Amino acid sequence: MIAKRIIPCLDVAAGRVKKGVNFVNLTDVGDPVAIAAAYQQQGADELVFLDIAATNEHRQTMAAMVEKVSAQVFMPLTIGGGISSVADMQRILRAGADKTAINSAAVADPALITAGAEKFGNQCIVVAIDTAWDPASQSYRVYTHGGQQATPLDAVAWAKRAVQLGAGELLVTSMDRDGTKAGFDDRLYQALGAAVNVPIIASGGAGKLADFVDVFEQTPVDGALAASVFHFGELTIGDVKRTLKERGVVVR
Amino acid sequence: MFAIVDYDTGNTRNLKKAFDYLEVATTLTADPATLAAADAVILPGVGAFAAAMTALNERQLVPVLQRLGRTGKPMLGICLGMQLLFESSAEYGEHAGLGLLSGHVAALPTNLGVKVPQMGWNQNQLQRSASPFASVDGAFTYFVHSYYAVCPRDEIVSTVEHGVTVPSIVQRANVVGMQFHPEKSGRVGLAQLAAFKEMVSANDFSSN
Repeated sequence: MIAKRIIPCLDVAAGRVKKGVNFVNLTDVGDPVAIAAAYQQQGADELVFLDIAATNEHRQTMAAMVEKVSAQVFMPLTIGGGISSVADMQRILRAGADKTAINSAAVADPALITAGAEKFGNQCIVVAIDTAWDPASQSYRVYTHGGQQATPLDAVAWAKRAVQLGAGELLVTSMDRDGTKAGFDDRLYQALGAAVNVPIIASGGAGKLADFVDVFEQTPVDGALAASVFHFGELTIGDVKRTLKERGVVVR
Repeated sequence: MFAIVDYDTGNTRNLKKAFDYLEVATTLTADPATLAAADAVILPGVGAFAAAMTALNERQLVPVLQRLGRTGKPMLGICLGMQLLFESSAEYGEHAGLGLLSGHVAALPTNLGVKVPQMGWNQNQLQRSASPFASVDGAFTYFVHSYYAVCPRDEIVSTVEHGVTVPSIVQRANVVGMQFHPEKSGRVGLAQLAAFKEMVSANDFSSN
């Protein structure tokens, strides 16, 4: 059986991991290669790098970073942030990435999903969705531009459309939970899981071991993504996987 | 020197990086003489079966690869490259493959409660104990595919379960296929490439 994935997410600017990662034995806390290698060693199933300062110049730096990481670290790499054309996708995939995540650009131009999927295959195209519950409409609303801009889109409807257009995977962040350590938004992932049949990665809210158990027991997601709890050593990938295994969740 | 077949399909650079890491020299080539002179031929592949066979045909590589495979050249097909080693595929119509392994390539069933494509880490079960790749037993490797090989048991080294039983490593004599991406499967994947390298060094294919 295919294993549920545990995915650390790293913010990158100018080829350096921002905010750093506090591991034992990591002398350079911003070096993407050293950090990726440390996560590979811990048993991470995939790494997501998000370019948080995605100017044109930074995209070149990102490709150079991916070249270096993929020469030393042999695991799936997903790159997102500022990817807005097929040429951007091509550059990052050529550099060694396995998947590209598109967010605001997909909302602005949904045809980009199809263009990417036709050229590189659905499995390369991850549509990232940032969403928050909107009490007025009683639905999950999609936001773009790093959560700054509300759209009229309903997250579940947008997820379905993205998959129809060729998205091979969805990386869905709950803005309500992001940074709160209050657990994943299980209700969101239940709704998405019922709507689409591609892998879904849950993001936002991971704070304790039980949060990972809950999201995999309560929802059909394929992976769970987290940043700070891993970067600051509050939880290790090993802790998470041991706990999941004890509960009968298939992990690597 | 290992020759990675250059036929403009998919990403060959990660594979090259993995061999670099293992200190195996590689060259990316579509030149028949270079392929023939190499210690082993690596057939990568990402994308659709028919497009890949068309690309090989355009470079007149089909008879070259068939001859090398049949005359004992160690050959490793990876992902779609493994599927190309079989007789045929049902991906978007019926298409002939290289025919170096018996069997055909079929779509993963979508009605068995599993997601297709299979995308992620799955656990290998060894089916042939006397194999250079026996270390894969019980280990997880990384898969991305929608089609799988249907082939005789005696070609199957290991399998994974994804609705159906999917051959993950196949081998007949000098011809080896891996359905997963060894270059993306961490330490375990590198170990399988290292095992292939050992197999090439030993170059003894008398015992299948």
